[in-house]
Amino acid sequence: MATTTGTTAPSQGENSLSGSARPRKKPRRSYKVGRGAIPYLLILPAVLMELLIHLVPMVVGVVMSFKELTQFYIRNWGAAPWRGLGNYRVAVDFNSAIGHALLHSFLITCAFTVLAVGCSWLLGITGAILMQDAFRGRGFLRALFMTPYALPVYASVIIWAFMLQHDNGLVNHVLHDQLHLTSKPAFWLIGNNSFISIVVVSIWRNWPFALLVLMAGMQNIPDELYEASAIDGAGVWQQIRRITMPSLRPINQVLVLVLFLWTFNDFNVPYVLFGASAPAAGDLISIHIYQASFLTWNFGSGSAMSVLLLLFLLVVTTVYLALTSLRSRRTHV
Amino acid sequence: MRRTSITAAIAAITLVATAAGCGGGSATGDGGNKNPKTLTYWASNQGKSLDDDKQKLTPELQKFEKQTGIHVKLEVVGWPDLLNRVLTAASSGQGPDVLNIGNTWSASLQATGALLPFDDTAFSAIGGKDRFVASALGSTGAAGKPPAAVPLYSLAYGLYYNKKMFKAAGITNPPATWSELVTDGKKLTSGGKYGLAVEGANNAENIHHAYIFAKQHGGDFFDASGNPTFTSPGAIAGVKQYVDFIASDKITAPGNAEYAQNQSLQDFATGKAGMLLWQAAGVQLAQRGMKADDWGIAPVPVQSGAPGQGTNVDTMVAGINLAVFKNTQNRDGALKFVKFMTSDEEQKILNGKYGSIPPVSAAQSDPQFSNPEQTVLRQGLAKSAVALPQVPKESQFEDLVGTALKDLFADAAAGKPVTTQTVQKRLEKAQQQMTG
Repeated sequence: MATTTGTTAPSQGENSLSGSARPRKKPRRSYKVGRGAIPYLLILPAVLMELLIHLVPMVVGVVMSFKELTQFYIRNWGAAPWRGLGNYRVAVDFNSAIGHALLHSFLITCAFTVLAVGCSWLLGITGAILMQDAFRGRGFLRALFMTPYALPVYASVIIWAFMLQHDNGLVNHVLHDQLHLTSKPAFWLIGNNSFISIVVVSIWRNWPFALLVLMAGMQNIPDELYEASAIDGAGVWQQIRRITMPSLRPINQVLVLVLFLWTFNDFNVPYVLFGASAPAAGDLISIHIYQASFLTWNFGSGSAMSVLLLLFLLVVTTVYLALTSLRSRRTHV
Repeated sequence: MRRTSITAAIAAITLVATAAGCGGGSATGDGGNKNPKTLTYWASNQGKSLDDDKQKLTPELQKFEKQTGIHVKLEVVGWPDLLNRVLTAASSGQGPDVLNIGNTWSASLQATGALLPFDDTAFSAIGGKDRFVASALGSTGAAGKPPAAVPLYSLAYGLYYNKKMFKAAGITNPPATWSELVTDGKKLTSGGKYGLAVEGANNAENIHHAYIFAKQHGGDFFDASGNPTFTSPGAIAGVKQYVDFIASDKITAPGNAEYAQNQSLQDFATGKAGMLLWQAAGVQLAQRGMKADDWGIAPVPVQSGAPGQGTNVDTMVAGINLAVFKNTQNRDGALKFVKFMTSDEEQKILNGKYGSIPPVSAAQSDPQFSNPEQTVLRQGLAKSAVALPQVPKESQFEDLVGTALKDLFADAAAGKPVTTQTVQKRLEKAQQQMTG
């Protein structure tokens, strides 16, 4: 893959460059057009491969969503009868049990995503600002904060699962046995508290990524800006508001989007924490779809839900990008 | 600025795209004998660990290779993955030649058409159908169709009790009815110790118990034509009676509601609970440090009277079946392997190692299966066992009703009331999810 991309990209770039340059005989102008196009031509092969690798399974998934693909047909998908929009109708009929459960799971996931992304970002920006200036032990702290992100998902989340156990878990030991904050030990892996558990574990796992990206972004902010503003009498808050945040705008734009997509789609964390059948309060959409297809052996219905999820994420992403680019264009013009 | 947002957009679309990815393929080949020298065998996890299974099975597989010249590649698959692996194999056609399945999945997997049906020809190749115990054959697929698999290990539920705790509480005989069990359980429940341990978040365990309870109340989860009847009065009463161990009887620790990794076995072995309903627990209790003299076994209680048929069943036909993948490229070799594994001699060795009961009549009469534990299990299988529904939707039933039970246990553990109405509502939801 890598070698193909590497070798084809420049040659395509050159071809189109010379192809557009020769017949016109206006070197200056065409040079300009070509130069603008080079980056796009360079990434073209990669984009094509990406689309091929991702598009084919996606198309198969979309086709499956129109079929009644149950256990009777998984050996021969072609023979599965077409259901038209039947799978979709069931999924969005919120009065039926399946549609109602999907809506419930969707709303849970929205709340979970807003909380998890919001807190991850807040922790990340706080940490990045506090560690912006060099001090003794900064390197150690940075490495320490990165640990949750560097650990394998399964290993770290299974430890959380042990800590959150009712009888022997560390969390109950601290909250109930030591601090006496609860009247009796709470359940964290079943029942309503499972929502809190999944949010906390997700933040614990994702905030180091926010920290990493924001720290990298802050290194590009020239120190002169801070020095100049300090001479002009700006306080720390003003510096954060007027210098740090505006400079980080492009970083934040991508960071929040990426965190949103990862969190919304997260499968590993809830799966390891709760197992295949998640409690209602922690029934995130990816687990829900997994259950709707793999555990009940109805892959058509599961695919239909996946397609709906894809559409939702595309709409959110498009609107988000449109809004943020519009705002940044306004502020920069 | 513009370039950043375009890059971001491309990155975003790629990220979004990964969300909906699904693989594809088709698998309709019917196998043959192109590859007669090797076999791939997926064994289920019967021992303490995957490695334990490997050590137990490898000598037998070497014996088979010596006899036939066929090399068997063994892979032990854990229970959480096994059904998914089988489903993936069925849809892609890339699978093992021979595999173990939970016997309750037989009808569901039979419906996929991925397993070789054991018709008369196949049965004669492995030595005949009448070698097997009738009750074990009752859990090999839908009635009226050739079985999708043959029984390999048979298991049944028994009531395990801690002799010392019983003596300390002044209980002389193990309970024979559920009301006796609750009375005894209350005597045992004090000072952080409880009467009964349950595996409250384990779908398979929950389903097995709920099914027996429902049967004892004259109910069932499916009607004769295979349609779900989750909300029949008997099913509701059965589920409620099981959840009540935590909810109203309070003879089970609330923490058991989140058990799914055999912690109940551990609790029983360490004396945190005085009773346990389990399949062939003996070997596993020994591995957890409980001496054989410290525990006793009795038949699982019934509502009244003695275990038998009808509403007095007290165990399911539990066990492992051995199936041949239809796409196998070594069908004759696969059948030879099934014949080997179900031979009298191997049945004695394998079931002896795992503490299970041989489903082959000639092997069952071996004296090593006449110790107190296996006598109770064997008699349960012969006289008072019922097979779980042999319908294509069985595996969905395990998932949906299993999840319902997990939720109800969670409610009970949190101190929320569990009534006939709440049970009915939860089972109604499960049934609607099944029928769409």
